[in-house]
Amino acid sequence: MKEAESIVELIPRLRRYARALAGDRVAADDLVQDTLERAWAKFHLYRRGTDLRAWLFTVMHNVFVNQLRALRPSAPLDEEMPELAQPARETDTLVLRDLDAAIRRLPPDQREVLLLVALEEMSYDEAAGALGIPIGTVMSRLARAREKLRSMLPGLPAGGKQLKIVK
Amino acid sequence: MDKAPLDDAELKALSQALHQLYDPVLDEPVPERLRARNVNHARWRAAAIAAGWVVLGLGAGVLAGWQLHAWRASVPPQAEVPGFVKRAAVAHAVYSPEVRHPVEVGADQEQHLVAWLSKRLGAQVRAPKLDTIGYSLVGGRLLPGDSGPVAHFMYQTEKGRRITLYVRTEAAENRETAFRYASEGNVKVFYWIDRKLGYALSSADLSREDLIKVANAVYQQLNP
Repeated sequence: MKEAESIVELIPRLRRYARALAGDRVAADDLVQDTLERAWAKFHLYRRGTDLRAWLFTVMHNVFVNQLRALRPSAPLDEEMPELAQPARETDTLVLRDLDAAIRRLPPDQREVLLLVALEEMSYDEAAGALGIPIGTVMSRLARAREKLRSMLPGLPAGGKQLKIVK
Repeated sequence: MDKAPLDDAELKALSQALHQLYDPVLDEPVPERLRARNVNHARWRAAAIAAGWVVLGLGAGVLAGWQLHAWRASVPPQAEVPGFVKRAAVAHAVYSPEVRHPVEVGADQEQHLVAWLSKRLGAQVRAPKLDTIGYSLVGGRLLPGDSGPVAHFMYQTEKGRRITLYVRTEAAENRETAFRYASEGNVKVFYWIDRKLGYALSSADLSREDLIKVANAVYQQLNP
């Protein structure tokens, strides 16, 4: 089955996205594994000829949302997080480790949109399809994610000049 | 309707940085468990996900501890080790070998770390400074304890030897105890209560004598 081989070929892409989404390596691979199990089990629902990658990302999104629901504490914790102490830095430098931490602090729905667009390089349309939300919601979540990142990352000026990226 | 989102410079820079951060994952070998096309072999793990993988680690460690107890049945029984000491030992065993994510918040954000953990524990916690005895703070994390959140700090020497300090709130007990010693598997633990907080200091590779020196330093740092 051609699609089955394609799924296997897409595993590294799923792992990359999951790592960015879940942060931790073990949690990310758990997410990928659950996604694959579900994809194999629900494979009859995949419509041939449509974008297999988009379908797999949809499956992963559903698995991720279910996991969040199972883990969610009664009150959202991220809203009350104390602010990160911001060390003074040159403003044209984006430090990768800070970015990783900042991504982690985004609400999951905004994190998903940002990663699909900026890491997976999906169009708004594709991202909307993968997440099952209207395109307008994709755009507004992306805008909010970028807003938050700007406030957390001094090296990310809104103007959009060329940034220096530091490990 | 479908614009190309990446035509804007800020997003392009973000994209570039995200690729730098996460593209290395593409080159990692895919773990065997993800290559196997098997729907059922990991059901036990799905349940574990629901409980959080940290709890899985704790559970596995406690189980290992029990087995060890059974195996040492001929050895005279030691005094009952409190549950939180076992938890501290397991947390040490789980996190101290971690290369990529030993802590949740690094020492470079110490202020934030301490503020955050104090807030979650509902008590002022501090990360003792142990640089004078050769241990620098790696960072810390929040852990689930027996009845609520626990603060977990990690320190290491220049050579990478690690110790961890497990700090929990002691409900309504306002007292002090002497240092007590326990060992769980290969992890040695000194634990004590100081006013509202209970501490457990764990190490896998220090001798008992060396560990108590560190415990003394911790105690003195916290009671200047």
